Amino acid sequence: MFDDRSPIYQQIADKIKDDVLRGVLSPDDQVMSTNQYAAYYRINPATAAKGFQRLMEEGVLYKKRGIGMFVAPDAPERLRTERRERFFADVVDPMIADAQAVGVPLADIVRHIEKGGSR
Amino acid sequence: MSLGVEVADLSVRYGDVTALDGLSFTLAPGKIYGLLGRNGSGKSTLLSVLAAFRRPAAGRVLVDGQDPFENPSVMSRICLIREGGDLYSSARVRDVVGFAACVREGFDKAYADRLLDVFQIPRRRRVQALSRGQRSALGSVLGLASRAPLTILDEAYLGMDAPSRYTFYDALLEDYAEHPRTIILSTHLIEEVARLLEEVVIIDRGRLVLAGDTEDVRARGVTVTGRAAEVDAFTAGLTVLNSQTLGATKSATVFGPLDDERRDRARTYELDLGPVALQDLFVHLTRESVR
Repeated sequence: MFDDRSPIYQQIADKIKDDVLRGVLSPDDQVMSTNQYAAYYRINPATAAKGFQRLMEEGVLYKKRGIGMFVAPDAPERLRTERRERFFADVVDPMIADAQAVGVPLADIVRHIEKGGSR
Repeated sequence: MSLGVEVADLSVRYGDVTALDGLSFTLAPGKIYGLLGRNGSGKSTLLSVLAAFRRPAAGRVLVDGQDPFENPSVMSRICLIREGGDLYSSARVRDVVGFAACVREGFDKAYADRLLDVFQIPRRRRVQALSRGQRSALGSVLGLASRAPLTILDEAYLGMDAPSRYTFYDALLEDYAEHPRTIILSTHLIEEVARLLEEVVIIDRGRLVLAGDTEDVRARGVTVTGRAAEVDAFTAGLTVLNSQTLGATKSATVFGPLDDERRDRARTYELDLGPVALQDLFVHLTRESVR
Protein backbone atom coordinates (compact mmCIF):
# COMPACT_ATOMS: atom_id res chain seq x y z
CA MET A 1 0.00 0.00 0.00
CA PHE A 2 2.68 2.48 1.07
CA ASP A 3 6.41 2.42 0.45
CA ASP A 4 9.34 3.92 2.32
CA ARG A 5 10.12 6.51 -0.35
CA SER A 6 8.34 9.38 1.32
CA PRO A 7 6.52 9.99 4.60
CA ILE A 8 3.22 8.12 4.89
CA TYR A 9 1.23 11.31 5.49
CA GLN A 10 2.53 12.64 2.20
CA GLN A 11 1.55 9.44 0.41
CA ILE A 12 -1.95 9.76 1.86
CA ALA A 13 -2.19 13.35 0.65
CA ASP A 14 -0.95 12.29 -2.79
CA LYS A 15 -3.49 9.50 -2.97
CA ILE A 16 -6.37 11.84 -2.21
CA LYS A 17 -5.04 14.31 -4.79
CA ASP A 18 -4.96 11.52 -7.37
CA ASP A 19 -8.55 10.64 -6.52
CA VAL A 20 -9.57 14.27 -7.01
CA LEU A 21 -7.70 14.51 -10.32
CA ARG A 22 -9.22 11.32 -11.64
CA GLY A 23 -12.70 12.35 -10.54
CA VAL A 24 -13.09 9.58 -7.95
CA LEU A 25 -13.67 12.42 -5.50
CA SER A 26 -15.71 15.37 -6.77
CA PRO A 27 -15.90 18.92 -5.40
CA ASP A 28 -17.84 19.07 -2.13
CA ASP A 29 -17.64 15.29 -1.68
CA GLN A 30 -16.97 14.25 1.89
CA VAL A 31 -13.74 12.31 2.41
CA MET A 32 -13.36 9.54 4.97
CA SER A 33 -12.49 10.60 8.51
CA THR A 34 -8.94 10.31 9.82
CA ASN A 35 -10.02 7.38 11.97
CA GLN A 36 -11.60 5.58 9.03
CA TYR A 37 -8.47 6.25 7.05
CA ALA A 38 -6.28 5.00 9.86
CA ALA A 39 -8.29 1.80 10.22
CA TYR A 40 -8.42 1.18 6.49
CA TYR A 41 -4.69 1.59 5.93
CA ARG A 42 -3.63 0.32 9.36
CA ILE A 43 -1.79 3.49 10.27
CA ASN A 44 -1.69 5.75 13.27
CA PRO A 45 -4.59 8.25 13.20
CA ALA A 46 -2.15 11.11 13.83
CA THR A 47 -0.37 10.20 10.58
CA ALA A 48 -3.62 10.34 8.65
CA ALA A 49 -4.51 13.63 10.34
CA LYS A 50 -1.17 15.08 9.26
CA GLY A 51 -1.91 14.21 5.63
CA PHE A 52 -5.33 15.84 5.87
CA GLN A 53 -3.81 18.91 7.52
CA ARG A 54 -1.52 19.31 4.52
CA LEU A 55 -4.41 19.09 2.10
CA MET A 56 -6.30 21.75 4.05
CA GLU A 57 -3.28 24.04 3.98
CA GLU A 58 -2.99 23.51 0.24
CA GLY A 59 -6.67 24.28 -0.22
CA VAL A 60 -7.56 20.82 -1.56
CA LEU A 61 -9.86 20.02 1.36
CA TYR A 62 -11.96 22.16 3.66
CA LYS A 63 -13.43 21.36 7.04
CA LYS A 64 -16.99 21.70 8.22
CA ARG A 65 -16.78 21.79 11.97
CA GLY A 66 -18.33 18.75 13.57
CA ILE A 67 -19.19 17.15 10.23
CA GLY A 68 -15.97 16.33 8.44
CA MET A 69 -13.65 17.13 5.56
CA PHE A 70 -14.77 17.93 2.05
CA VAL A 71 -13.15 18.42 -1.34
CA ALA A 72 -12.74 22.12 -2.14
CA PRO A 73 -14.79 23.31 -5.13
CA ASP A 74 -11.70 24.51 -7.00
CA ALA A 75 -9.51 21.51 -6.02
CA PRO A 76 -9.54 19.71 -9.41
CA GLU A 77 -8.57 22.86 -11.29
CA ARG A 78 -5.98 23.79 -8.71
CA LEU A 79 -4.38 20.34 -8.86
CA ARG A 80 -4.42 20.26 -12.65
CA THR A 81 -2.60 23.59 -12.75
CA GLU A 82 -0.11 22.35 -10.19
CA ARG A 83 0.57 19.14 -12.15
CA ARG A 84 0.90 21.09 -15.41
CA GLU A 85 3.51 23.31 -13.82
CA ARG A 86 5.47 20.29 -12.61
CA PHE A 87 5.02 18.25 -15.79
CA PHE A 88 8.31 19.23 -17.44
CA ALA A 89 10.35 18.82 -14.27
CA ASP A 90 8.68 15.53 -13.28
CA VAL A 91 8.21 13.84 -16.64
CA VAL A 92 10.15 15.49 -19.46
CA ASP A 93 13.47 16.28 -17.75
CA PRO A 94 14.07 12.72 -16.52
CA MET A 95 13.22 11.45 -20.00
CA ILE A 96 15.80 13.79 -21.56
CA ALA A 97 18.40 12.65 -19.01
CA ASP A 98 17.64 9.02 -19.89
CA ALA A 99 17.85 9.76 -23.60
CA GLN A 100 21.23 11.43 -23.19
CA ALA A 101 22.56 8.53 -21.11
CA VAL A 102 21.78 6.03 -23.87
CA GLY A 103 22.57 8.39 -26.76
CA VAL A 104 19.13 9.07 -28.23
CA PRO A 105 19.27 12.42 -30.06
CA LEU A 106 16.68 14.98 -28.95
CA ALA A 107 15.60 15.40 -32.59
CA ASP A 108 14.56 11.73 -32.64
CA ILE A 109 12.44 12.26 -29.55
CA VAL A 110 10.75 15.31 -31.01
CA ARG A 111 10.07 13.43 -34.25
CA HIS A 112 8.64 10.51 -32.30
CA ILE A 113 6.33 12.76 -30.31
CA GLU A 114 5.14 14.59 -33.42
CA LYS A 115 4.45 11.32 -35.19
CA GLY A 116 2.45 10.12 -32.17
CA GLY A 117 0.57 13.41 -31.99
CA SER A 118 -0.49 13.34 -35.65
CA ARG A 119 -1.59 9.70 -35.46
CA MET B 1 -8.15 10.05 29.93
CA SER B 2 -4.51 9.49 29.12
CA LEU B 3 -1.40 9.53 31.25
CA GLY B 4 1.92 11.17 30.45
CA VAL B 5 5.22 9.63 31.48
CA GLU B 6 8.44 11.25 32.57
CA VAL B 7 11.61 9.22 32.99
CA ALA B 8 14.66 11.00 34.41
CA ASP B 9 18.10 9.49 34.80
CA LEU B 10 16.56 6.10 35.53
CA SER B 11 18.84 3.21 36.49
CA VAL B 12 17.99 -0.33 37.53
CA ARG B 13 20.56 -2.92 38.61
CA TYR B 14 20.23 -6.65 39.15
CA GLY B 15 23.18 -7.47 41.40
CA ASP B 16 26.19 -6.28 39.45
CA VAL B 17 24.30 -6.22 36.14
CA THR B 18 23.11 -2.77 35.07
CA ALA B 19 19.82 -3.24 33.22
CA LEU B 20 18.97 0.44 32.80
CA ASP B 21 21.66 3.06 32.80
CA GLY B 22 20.69 6.71 33.19
CA LEU B 23 17.63 6.66 30.92
CA SER B 24 15.71 9.92 30.33
CA PHE B 25 12.74 10.66 28.07
CA THR B 26 9.21 12.03 28.18
CA LEU B 27 6.00 10.62 26.70
CA ALA B 28 3.13 13.02 26.10
CA PRO B 29 -0.31 11.61 26.95
CA GLY B 30 -2.59 10.03 24.37
CA LYS B 31 -0.22 8.65 21.77
CA ILE B 32 0.74 5.17 20.62
CA TYR B 33 4.41 4.61 21.37
CA GLY B 34 6.76 1.87 20.26
CA LEU B 35 9.53 0.80 22.60
CA LEU B 36 12.16 -0.79 20.41
CA GLY B 37 15.25 -2.61 21.58
CA ARG B 38 17.14 -5.82 21.04
CA ASN B 39 16.77 -8.80 23.33
CA GLY B 40 18.23 -7.93 26.72
CA SER B 41 18.26 -4.20 25.99
CA GLY B 42 16.19 -3.44 29.09
CA LYS B 43 12.74 -3.03 27.52
CA SER B 44 10.91 -5.26 29.98
CA THR B 45 12.74 -3.79 32.95
CA LEU B 46 11.82 -0.29 31.86
CA LEU B 47 8.18 -1.22 31.36
CA SER B 48 7.95 -2.92 34.73
CA VAL B 49 9.27 0.27 36.38
CA LEU B 50 6.68 2.36 34.52
CA ALA B 51 3.96 0.01 35.73
CA ALA B 52 5.23 0.18 39.32
CA PHE B 53 6.18 -3.51 39.38
CA ARG B 54 9.70 -2.50 40.28
CA ARG B 55 11.46 0.34 42.03
CA PRO B 56 14.32 2.25 40.34
CA ALA B 57 17.83 1.98 41.80
CA ALA B 58 18.41 5.60 40.87
CA GLY B 59 16.60 8.38 39.07
CA ARG B 60 12.86 8.64 38.91
CA VAL B 61 9.75 7.83 36.96
CA LEU B 62 6.65 9.99 37.05
CA VAL B 63 3.33 8.87 35.65
CA ASP B 64 0.77 11.66 35.47
CA GLY B 65 3.24 13.69 37.52
CA GLN B 66 3.43 11.19 40.39
CA ASP B 67 5.71 8.38 41.48
CA PRO B 68 3.70 5.27 40.60
CA PHE B 69 5.42 2.94 43.07
CA GLU B 70 2.95 1.73 45.71
CA ASN B 71 0.68 4.58 44.66
CA PRO B 72 -2.82 3.09 44.27
CA SER B 73 -4.38 6.08 42.51
CA VAL B 74 -1.76 5.88 39.74
CA MET B 75 -1.35 2.09 39.64
CA SER B 76 -5.06 1.53 39.14
CA ARG B 77 -4.82 3.51 35.93
CA ILE B 78 -1.89 1.53 34.50
CA CYS B 79 -2.20 -1.85 32.83
CA LEU B 80 0.93 -3.81 31.93
CA ILE B 81 0.52 -7.03 29.99
CA ARG B 82 3.75 -8.96 29.99
CA GLU B 83 4.72 -11.67 27.57
CA GLY B 84 2.67 -14.74 28.44
CA GLY B 85 0.09 -12.57 30.18
CA ASP B 86 0.84 -13.43 33.87
CA LEU B 87 -2.14 -15.78 33.86
CA TYR B 88 -3.12 -18.50 36.31
CA SER B 89 -2.50 -21.56 34.23
CA SER B 90 -5.26 -23.67 35.79
CA ALA B 91 -7.96 -21.00 35.47
CA ARG B 92 -10.47 -21.01 32.64
CA VAL B 93 -10.48 -18.19 30.09
CA ARG B 94 -13.91 -16.89 31.17
CA ASP B 95 -12.75 -16.75 34.82
CA VAL B 96 -9.57 -14.91 33.91
CA VAL B 97 -11.67 -12.29 32.10
CA GLY B 98 -14.23 -12.24 34.92
CA PHE B 99 -11.47 -11.66 37.46
CA ALA B 100 -9.99 -8.78 35.44
CA ALA B 101 -13.47 -7.24 35.16
CA CYS B 102 -13.82 -7.44 38.96
CA VAL B 103 -10.51 -5.90 39.93
CA ARG B 104 -9.93 -3.41 37.11
CA GLU B 105 -11.75 -0.15 37.28
CA GLY B 106 -12.87 0.80 33.76
CA PHE B 107 -12.56 -2.74 32.36
CA ASP B 108 -15.08 -3.26 29.56
CA LYS B 109 -16.37 -6.81 29.96
CA ALA B 110 -18.64 -6.67 26.92
CA TYR B 111 -15.75 -5.51 24.77
CA ALA B 112 -13.53 -8.29 26.15
CA ASP B 113 -16.23 -10.79 25.21
CA ARG B 114 -16.37 -9.44 21.68
CA LEU B 115 -12.59 -9.71 21.41
CA LEU B 116 -12.60 -13.31 22.66
CA ASP B 117 -14.89 -14.09 19.72
CA VAL B 118 -12.74 -12.15 17.27
CA PHE B 119 -9.62 -14.02 18.39
CA GLN B 120 -11.58 -17.27 18.67
CA ILE B 121 -10.40 -18.05 22.17
CA PRO B 122 -12.55 -20.80 23.74
CA ARG B 123 -14.03 -19.44 26.99
CA ARG B 124 -14.18 -22.75 28.82
CA ARG B 125 -10.63 -23.78 28.08
CA ARG B 126 -8.00 -23.60 30.81
CA VAL B 127 -5.11 -21.23 30.23
CA GLN B 128 -2.59 -24.08 30.30
CA ALA B 129 -4.41 -25.77 27.40
CA LEU B 130 -4.24 -22.70 25.17
CA SER B 131 -1.64 -22.47 22.43
CA ARG B 132 1.09 -19.89 22.84
CA GLY B 133 -0.59 -17.66 20.28
CA GLN B 134 -3.95 -17.96 22.04
CA ARG B 135 -2.34 -17.10 25.38
CA SER B 136 -0.82 -14.00 23.79
CA ALA B 137 -4.19 -13.13 22.28
CA LEU B 138 -5.82 -13.48 25.70
CA GLY B 139 -3.20 -11.14 27.15
CA SER B 140 -3.95 -8.61 24.42
CA VAL B 141 -7.69 -8.91 25.09
CA LEU B 142 -7.10 -8.13 28.76
CA GLY B 143 -4.85 -5.20 27.86
CA LEU B 144 -7.24 -3.65 25.35
CA ALA B 145 -10.37 -4.20 27.42
CA SER B 146 -8.72 -2.67 30.49
CA ARG B 147 -8.98 0.71 28.69
CA ALA B 148 -6.31 1.80 31.15
CA PRO B 149 -5.17 5.42 30.61
CA LEU B 150 -1.65 3.98 30.38
CA THR B 151 -1.77 0.61 28.64
CA ILE B 152 1.51 -1.21 28.16
CA LEU B 153 1.84 -4.32 26.04
CA ASP B 154 5.25 -5.95 26.40
CA GLU B 155 5.77 -8.23 23.40
CA ALA B 156 2.13 -9.07 23.89
CA TYR B 157 1.65 -10.63 20.49
CA LEU B 158 4.66 -12.94 20.57
CA GLY B 159 3.62 -16.33 19.29
CA MET B 160 0.52 -15.03 17.50
CA ASP B 161 0.37 -15.99 13.86
CA ALA B 162 0.16 -13.29 11.18
CA PRO B 163 -3.66 -13.27 10.86
CA SER B 164 -4.02 -12.92 14.65
CA ARG B 165 -1.48 -10.12 14.74
CA TYR B 166 -3.38 -8.22 12.06
CA THR B 167 -6.58 -8.79 14.01
CA PHE B 168 -4.80 -7.30 17.01
CA TYR B 169 -3.57 -4.26 15.05
CA ASP B 170 -7.09 -3.62 13.74
CA ALA B 171 -8.64 -3.97 17.18
CA LEU B 172 -6.02 -1.68 18.68
CA LEU B 173 -6.55 1.08 16.11
CA GLU B 174 -10.32 0.85 16.28
CA ASP B 175 -10.43 0.99 20.05
CA TYR B 176 -7.77 3.70 20.26
CA ALA B 177 -9.84 5.85 17.89
CA GLU B 178 -12.87 5.54 20.16
CA HIS B 179 -10.99 5.65 23.47
CA PRO B 180 -7.76 7.57 23.02
CA ARG B 181 -5.18 6.71 25.68
CA THR B 182 -1.45 6.34 26.12
CA ILE B 183 -0.35 3.01 24.70
CA ILE B 184 3.17 1.59 24.75
CA LEU B 185 3.98 -1.43 22.61
CA SER B 186 7.33 -3.09 22.95
CA THR B 187 8.26 -5.17 19.98
CA HIS B 188 10.87 -6.36 17.60
CA LEU B 189 8.38 -6.83 14.76
CA ILE B 190 9.28 -3.32 13.77
CA GLU B 191 8.31 -3.34 10.13
CA GLU B 192 4.83 -4.59 10.94
CA VAL B 193 3.97 -2.08 13.64
CA ALA B 194 5.96 0.98 12.52
CA ARG B 195 2.91 2.58 10.92
CA LEU B 196 0.82 2.18 14.03
CA LEU B 197 3.32 4.13 16.10
CA GLU B 198 3.17 7.88 16.44
CA GLU B 199 6.49 7.96 18.28
CA VAL B 200 9.29 5.52 18.99
CA VAL B 201 11.74 5.12 21.84
CA ILE B 202 14.82 3.08 20.95
CA ILE B 203 16.97 1.73 23.77
CA ASP B 204 20.11 -0.34 23.67
CA ARG B 205 22.01 -1.90 26.57
CA GLY B 206 19.94 0.08 29.04
CA ARG B 207 20.61 3.42 27.42
CA LEU B 208 18.49 5.67 25.27
CA VAL B 209 19.49 5.62 21.60
CA LEU B 210 16.83 8.06 20.50
CA ALA B 211 13.20 9.04 20.99
CA GLY B 212 10.90 10.96 18.68
CA ASP B 213 8.24 11.09 16.00
CA THR B 214 8.37 7.84 13.99
CA GLU B 215 8.41 9.58 10.64
CA ASP B 216 11.10 12.06 11.73
CA VAL B 217 13.29 9.25 13.05
CA ARG B 218 12.89 7.25 9.87
CA ALA B 219 13.62 10.31 7.72
CA ARG B 220 16.98 10.73 9.44
CA GLY B 221 18.23 7.53 7.83
CA VAL B 222 19.36 7.99 4.24
CA THR B 223 21.22 5.70 1.86
CA VAL B 224 23.77 7.37 -0.37
CA THR B 225 24.66 5.42 -3.51
CA GLY B 226 27.10 6.24 -6.29
CA ARG B 227 30.73 6.01 -7.26
CA ALA B 228 32.82 5.11 -4.22
CA ALA B 229 35.05 8.20 -4.23
CA GLU B 230 32.07 10.55 -4.46
CA VAL B 231 30.16 8.69 -1.76
CA ASP B 232 33.19 8.93 0.53
CA ALA B 233 33.59 12.63 -0.14
CA PHE B 234 29.89 13.26 0.45
CA THR B 235 29.65 11.25 3.67
CA ALA B 236 32.82 12.68 5.26
CA GLY B 237 31.82 14.17 8.60
CA LEU B 238 28.42 12.44 8.64
CA THR B 239 27.47 9.54 10.88
CA VAL B 240 27.87 6.50 8.65
CA LEU B 241 26.00 3.53 10.08
CA ASN B 242 26.78 1.02 7.40
CA SER B 243 28.40 0.78 4.00
CA GLN B 244 28.61 -1.77 1.22
CA THR B 245 30.50 -1.81 -2.03
CA LEU B 246 29.67 -3.60 -5.24
CA GLY B 247 32.41 -3.10 -7.80
CA ALA B 248 32.85 0.63 -8.29
CA THR B 249 29.53 1.41 -6.63
CA LYS B 250 29.27 2.19 -2.97
CA SER B 251 26.21 2.51 -0.81
CA ALA B 252 26.42 4.12 2.61
CA THR B 253 23.67 4.47 5.21
CA VAL B 254 24.01 7.77 7.02
CA PHE B 255 22.17 9.05 10.04
CA GLY B 256 21.20 12.64 9.30
CA PRO B 257 19.15 14.68 9.01
CA LEU B 258 20.45 15.96 5.66
CA ASP B 259 19.65 19.60 4.98
CA ASP B 260 18.69 21.00 1.57
CA GLU B 261 22.21 22.17 0.89
CA ARG B 262 23.52 18.60 1.32
CA ARG B 263 20.76 17.20 -0.84
CA ASP B 264 21.67 19.65 -3.60
CA ARG B 265 25.29 18.60 -3.27
CA ALA B 266 24.25 14.95 -3.72
CA ARG B 267 22.69 15.92 -7.02
CA THR B 268 25.89 17.59 -8.26
CA TYR B 269 27.90 14.51 -7.24
CA GLU B 270 25.32 12.37 -9.10
CA LEU B 271 24.54 10.41 -5.97
CA ASP B 272 21.25 8.65 -5.35
CA LEU B 273 19.63 9.38 -1.99
CA GLY B 274 17.24 6.71 -0.82
CA PRO B 275 15.04 6.05 2.20
CA VAL B 276 15.82 3.58 4.96
CA ALA B 277 13.14 1.42 6.54
CA LEU B 278 12.73 1.90 10.28
CA GLN B 279 13.74 -1.70 10.88
CA ASP B 280 17.02 -1.29 8.95
CA LEU B 281 17.75 1.92 10.80
CA PHE B 282 17.11 0.13 14.08
CA VAL B 283 19.44 -2.71 13.10
CA HIS B 284 22.23 -0.29 12.19
CA LEU B 285 21.77 1.83 15.31
CA THR B 286 21.88 -1.11 17.70
CA ARG B 287 24.47 -3.31 16.05
CA GLU B 288 27.58 -4.39 17.95
CA SER B 289 29.98 -2.27 15.87
CA VAL B 290 28.02 0.95 16.42
CA ARG B 291 27.94 0.44 20.17
